[in-house]
Amino acid sequence: MKTLPKILFFIAAALLLTLFIFPMWQITLIAPQYPQGVTMYIWINKITGSEEGTLQNINILNHYVGMKFIEPESFAELKYFPIVVTAMSLLGMALAFTGRWKWWMGWLILGIIGCALGLYDFYQWEYEYGHNLSPTAPIKVPGMAYQPPLIGNKTLLNFLAKSWPYIGGWFIGVTFILSGIAIWLQKRNTRTA
Amino acid sequence: MKKQSSQLYKLMLVLLSAFVLVLASCGKANKGTTSGALSGNAASKVYVAPGQYDEFYAFMSGGFSGQIAAYGLPSGRLLKVIPVFSVDPEKGYGFNEETKPLLNTSHGFIPWDDAHHPALSQTDGVTDGRWIFINGNNTPRVARIDLTTFETAEILEIPNSGGNHSSPYLTQGTEYLVAGTRFSVPIPQKDVEISSYAKNFNGALSFIKVDPKTGHMNVEFQVLMPALNFDLATCGKGPSHGWSFFTSYNSEMKNTLLEVNASQNDKDFVAAINWKKAEEYLKAGKAKDFPANYMHNVYSDETHSATSTAMKSVKVLIPSECPGLVYLLPTPKSPHGVDVDPTGEYIVCSGKLSADITAHSFPKMLKAIEDKAFDGEVGGVPVLKFEAVLGGTVKEPGLGPLHTEFDGKGNAYTSFFISSEIVKWKVGTWEVIDRQPTYYSIGHLMVPGGNSMKPDGKYVVALNKITKDRYLPTGPEVCQSAQLYAIDGDKMELLLDFPTIGEPHYAQGISADKIKPKSKQFFRLSENKHPYVTPTEKDAKVVREGNIVHVYMTTIRSHFNPDNIEGVKVGDKVYFHVTNLEQDFDVPHGFAVMGATNGELLIMPGQTETLLWEPKSVGVIPMYCTDFCSALHQEMQGYVRVSPAGSATALRWWMGEEKPVQ
Repeated sequence: MKTLPKILFFIAAALLLTLFIFPMWQITLIAPQYPQGVTMYIWINKITGSEEGTLQNINILNHYVGMKFIEPESFAELKYFPIVVTAMSLLGMALAFTGRWKWWMGWLILGIIGCALGLYDFYQWEYEYGHNLSPTAPIKVPGMAYQPPLIGNKTLLNFLAKSWPYIGGWFIGVTFILSGIAIWLQKRNTRTA
Repeated sequence: MKKQSSQLYKLMLVLLSAFVLVLASCGKANKGTTSGALSGNAASKVYVAPGQYDEFYAFMSGGFSGQIAAYGLPSGRLLKVIPVFSVDPEKGYGFNEETKPLLNTSHGFIPWDDAHHPALSQTDGVTDGRWIFINGNNTPRVARIDLTTFETAEILEIPNSGGNHSSPYLTQGTEYLVAGTRFSVPIPQKDVEISSYAKNFNGALSFIKVDPKTGHMNVEFQVLMPALNFDLATCGKGPSHGWSFFTSYNSEMKNTLLEVNASQNDKDFVAAINWKKAEEYLKAGKAKDFPANYMHNVYSDETHSATSTAMKSVKVLIPSECPGLVYLLPTPKSPHGVDVDPTGEYIVCSGKLSADITAHSFPKMLKAIEDKAFDGEVGGVPVLKFEAVLGGTVKEPGLGPLHTEFDGKGNAYTSFFISSEIVKWKVGTWEVIDRQPTYYSIGHLMVPGGNSMKPDGKYVVALNKITKDRYLPTGPEVCQSAQLYAIDGDKMELLLDFPTIGEPHYAQGISADKIKPKSKQFFRLSENKHPYVTPTEKDAKVVREGNIVHVYMTTIRSHFNPDNIEGVKVGDKVYFHVTNLEQDFDVPHGFAVMGATNGELLIMPGQTETLLWEPKSVGVIPMYCTDFCSALHQEMQGYVRVSPAGSATALRWWMGEEKPVQ
């Protein structure tokens, strides 16, 4: 029973590595000509699409309103996020053995701050892509910006843009909840001891 | 007087029934329904709601159009015309450099043929949706169409043949397709008197082997038959697998006024060929190598190009040297269609000048061979006794029986050209169950899978030669048409008429489920091995080699790269190698340049196609995208500057920003 919080915290920290197996976010565009929608997946280290040509297809659609091409190579985040996540995961797993809930608490707060920064960064990029439009764009609608929602659904001209966390993102949530439970249990254990 | 009164009676009947119908529809209208009494039931059976799919694909030959068209059943909606033997400027087929080799023959490039009998590939006697084959009648050829792309993948010329009509009927495992010659000809061809027909002419029956993996075709062997005219063919199934059957006419062996001279004998022949025996003779080295000259053309989805290879010989088996290879089955009056029922037991033959349908029994045929029940021989081929092979006769079902398909429930459906009807009869009891008129002059008919071991006996399609007054007139030339009948009840029910391209000579039907999931959406650019591919916009360029100019051009919504080209000169041969960089479903681009004497390009995503353009005069020549690709399709355009021959205009090209002269 005493080892349960440690196991939980270890699992929570390890679950961060699922970000290398599943995308953390998805943005889907739906239009009459795209009844099934085109979906872009954001991973910790790459950007992919529902099909092989999806990214190219999204870029083709975006270029009419003058949005910049989405080129995964241009995101520095995709290079250092994997390092940050790996480090956090390893640190968490190591801390699990110490059994010190305060350190665990520190780790969780660090994680939440990191996550919030990540979301803010994501928002910045969305803003950048949605607002920084080419002055020579073929289609210009006065006052129109094409920023997809941070979370939720939004209609942009003929497209419905849907932005939601995906499997990797849900696992971050699971990490936070699990580590929270572990901290709570460990704190209780420490007091009763 | 009697005739007049009967006409009056008919007229009254028609008026009366019209009155009843009006009443009925009024009654319905009062009840608030919208469907008319006339169309209600039939219309609902063929109605496929917008956005919904048909249950079957129907592949109908275009006859003299040389093409195949894919329709949906039961709606009769035209889905695609697949160019096969005839050029199609709409698709660039036979006009772009990549597909020209497909239409190459020993006579050179031929832009047309007469395509009659589509045949779906089968596995274990059931259609499998991989390929469809079709014959070219005039310049003997067979083609294979790939049903993942719905494009012609291969065309094989057939040597020693004249009129490839009894083709390409398949064995139950697509081991072979057969190709019998309509005309007997001197083999090898030589300059002889036509009246030496009986002495100097032979009919070649070809067996074309199909590679089970690639589908590639090869003339494995030919059987050198006496000077008969072979009409149609079929292959055995189940117990009769291993045998092929060919109808023939002109057992009189005449070479002029055949309509009279070839209609004298009471019986002509069905040739039964034991192709498994033929394989043994091949192995035993019994085949002779005959010099020949024919082309084998193959298209590759990797290079997006076809190649044409000259073939120089063919293996020939001579029946008199190969006992047990061929037998002749006497069959009444110039038999036309020959069809084996799904159990493989009966070989149904339609003597087109006979009043009856004759069914030979396969087990009886084997017994007759064993018992040596022969009735002489023709050109070294034994003739079996008619009574010894006869399985049954459908007595006087109609006039001019042609073809028979089956529903898998023991029923047969035979088309009657002269009496213009479909007659349903029972295999084994030979009784007529039902008859329905067709409008008009039905040739072939088709039940989806109706020539296989597992028919989908839901519909029969009549393929009519004449429409006369059935549709709005369109001048002297009116459409030919198909008619759809439901056959899932006891009585056949006419549901729908629909016009078709060319002549709907024969057709094949298949459940959409067997094709739809495998249908290709686009070609992967990363797998494009065309020698002139332009894989990215950065690779776009123009290269001059003497007076030949290669333009490596790309298309993507909504521009060409390059779209401005200078340095082309009068007298140049300009090859536009256009690569469509799109990687999405249903985003083809077109390419046309003013004054091109061939056609346009229609390039599927990931494909490269080449248009040859030979500018004849000086100027700045427009080019543009012809396929409505996007909102800015109209802007997808460019210029080629053509300078005088020998001028010093530098070769340069750009898109967006003008490049300085280098």
